[in-house]
Amino acid sequence: MAGKTLFEKIWEKHVVTTVEGGPSVLYIDRHFVHEVTSPQAFDGLRNRGIKVRQPQKTVATADHNIPTLGQDQPIRDELSRFQVNKLAENCKEFGVPLYGLNHPWNGIVHVIGPELGITQPGMTIVCGDSHTSTHGAFGSIAFGIGTSEVEMVLATQTLLQNKPKTMRINIEGELGKGVMSKDIVLYIISQIGTGGATGYFVEFAGSAIRSLSMEARMTICNMSIEMGARGGMIAPDETTFEYIKGREFAPKGADWDKAVEAWRQLPSDPDAVFDKELTFRASDIEPMITYGTNPGMGIGISKSIPNTEDIEEATRPTFQKSLQYMEFKPGEPMLGKKVDYVFVGSCTNGRIEDLRAFAQFVKGKKKADNVTAWIVPGSRQVEAQAEKEGLRKILEEAGFEMRQPGCSACLAMNDDKIPEGNYAVSTSNRNFEGRQGPGARTMLASPITAAAAAITGKITDPRDFL
Amino acid sequence: MPIEKFTKLVSSCVPLPIENVDTDQIIPARFLKATTREGFGNNLFADWRYDKSGNPKEDFVLNNPRYSGKILVAGQNFGSGSSREHAAWAIVGYGFKAVVSSFFADIFKNNALNNGLLPVQVSKEFLQKLFQAIEKEPATEVEVDLENQTIRILQEGIAESFDINPYKKKCLLNGFDDIDYLLSINHEIEAWEKEHA
Ligand code: SF4
Repeated sequence: MAGKTLFEKIWEKHVVTTVEGGPSVLYIDRHFVHEVTSPQAFDGLRNRGIKVRQPQKTVATADHNIPTLGQDQPIRDELSRFQVNKLAENCKEFGVPLYGLNHPWNGIVHVIGPELGITQPGMTIVCGDSHTSTHGAFGSIAFGIGTSEVEMVLATQTLLQNKPKTMRINIEGELGKGVMSKDIVLYIISQIGTGGATGYFVEFAGSAIRSLSMEARMTICNMSIEMGARGGMIAPDETTFEYIKGREFAPKGADWDKAVEAWRQLPSDPDAVFDKELTFRASDIEPMITYGTNPGMGIGISKSIPNTEDIEEATRPTFQKSLQYMEFKPGEPMLGKKVDYVFVGSCTNGRIEDLRAFAQFVKGKKKADNVTAWIVPGSRQVEAQAEKEGLRKILEEAGFEMRQPGCSACLAMNDDKIPEGNYAVSTSNRNFEGRQGPGARTMLASPITAAAAAITGKITDPRDFL
Repeated sequence: MPIEKFTKLVSSCVPLPIENVDTDQIIPARFLKATTREGFGNNLFADWRYDKSGNPKEDFVLNNPRYSGKILVAGQNFGSGSSREHAAWAIVGYGFKAVVSSFFADIFKNNALNNGLLPVQVSKEFLQKLFQAIEKEPATEVEVDLENQTIRILQEGIAESFDINPYKKKCLLNGFDDIDYLLSINHEIEAWEKEHA
């Protein structure tokens, strides 16, 4: 019998029962909740007259809909305030721990889970948010769910799920100068497309992945949803254990040793078989930038936008519509294009390492006058750490201001909207039409490519400065 | 929330021949501040449907009087992106009962099924034929038969079968919801929790 994959080991351990000819009932270890996708689920519980089954396996935060300035003041926007207050009321009524606005542990849900040590290898983790895949970087099964499913987990701590197929994507070799993990994942999506992994759970492996820090691994798993995958994961190793050790909710003492012992059994067996396996060479990857309106429309920064003839016929109308929205022409180079906004933040690249990389790059330089930059830490703890390390000062000296944590311009539910027609280089994960505000034009990139754009005022190869 | 039963549907269609329609287009984020499930239908495809002053844009299909019906026909990879169930609520709220595409994003498919909206996945060829038929004759009627898992372009007599998970099919045919089922197996969940405590 063939060995098992990391995914299969965790999945099998969590199946409570399987419906005949149907989905499995999967037990959920951790459930993250935020203000936008939960109110209707809590209402559902009230209508049925039931409680949250395991409030202590549930954690809530307010992140999507909060301002990134003046957080000590009441939220000005009435609907946003109502929604954030609703979350607090629901958490109180149902006994769910909440790290709300102004709590020292507040932040983007996918940033605080790992940083508090709540996210651990071998767990099943869900949240009413597609980027829950981030937590897979620790070797857990983590995926996004809809609001009906949020209600399901609140009510029963289980979910009905069909077992996805498994895929392994290997990145082998050494990464080039100026190439970050964001570039790896944008490269993969540009190769396989936004539906390339639909129906699969993806394990990222290979020497280039092994060499990455936890923050960098989270960036990759975070964007696995953008290739259509149900989730992404990376086998836990010493880097993982080192990161978790000593964090707030991490196991302590003898429990720690026991936990690590169990986590060491998780990686895919050498003879495990995946439904699909792909391998890419790290040396083929350069700093990436997107030119279109889905994350699969990315190219190496030195390359040109494809010509219409090079696009598959059925996809041409979509390609043309996309370029029209961006006001770009087929065949044009990306280098030198003007940039109005730079956004550094989100659950993709709003962690301390990202701020460090950005700050180090702009240190001693000056922000371009034509650029408005929003630097938004992913959490309160990231903000505090940036302060402690002197990053805020470096940023300020270069003409940048650091805001307060939240999802911010990643989805522009709050006031942080890129104005219509403006071009933004963003470290977030989605360049959809209007994602960063109605009419906003988004180009996705790594923190240092964003830094290069911020100081030159145009799309610039960050390697020119390294 | 109990869902509406779905058995057989005969309707004309609304064509949206664009690929990778993401949930940010289906319902933009700024409309997600509501705390109930109602009212999203008015903002379905808001940024394609209305101009800045909120007037209907003539060239968008929902504003074109030639097309109407309970079936939305869309290009491949429909519903990618954000997990927001608001996208399904908006489509159902507008009055659609089924979405036809050659490919659906995973989370969207679950969300649709949990709201009694049937995602019908067809071959690329069938989708092309359907788009052509609707373009030629906007009143083209399509029959979606869940029991027999078939979709038929009535005027043309072209049909194809589609897949659906047998459990989900039973839920839709009977209007069952997953939570009722999960609550009914509470003893099994309890036993699992004890064993893994
Ligand atoms: S930062 Fe963006 S992608 Fe991440 S949870 Fe917030 S809105 Fe979603």
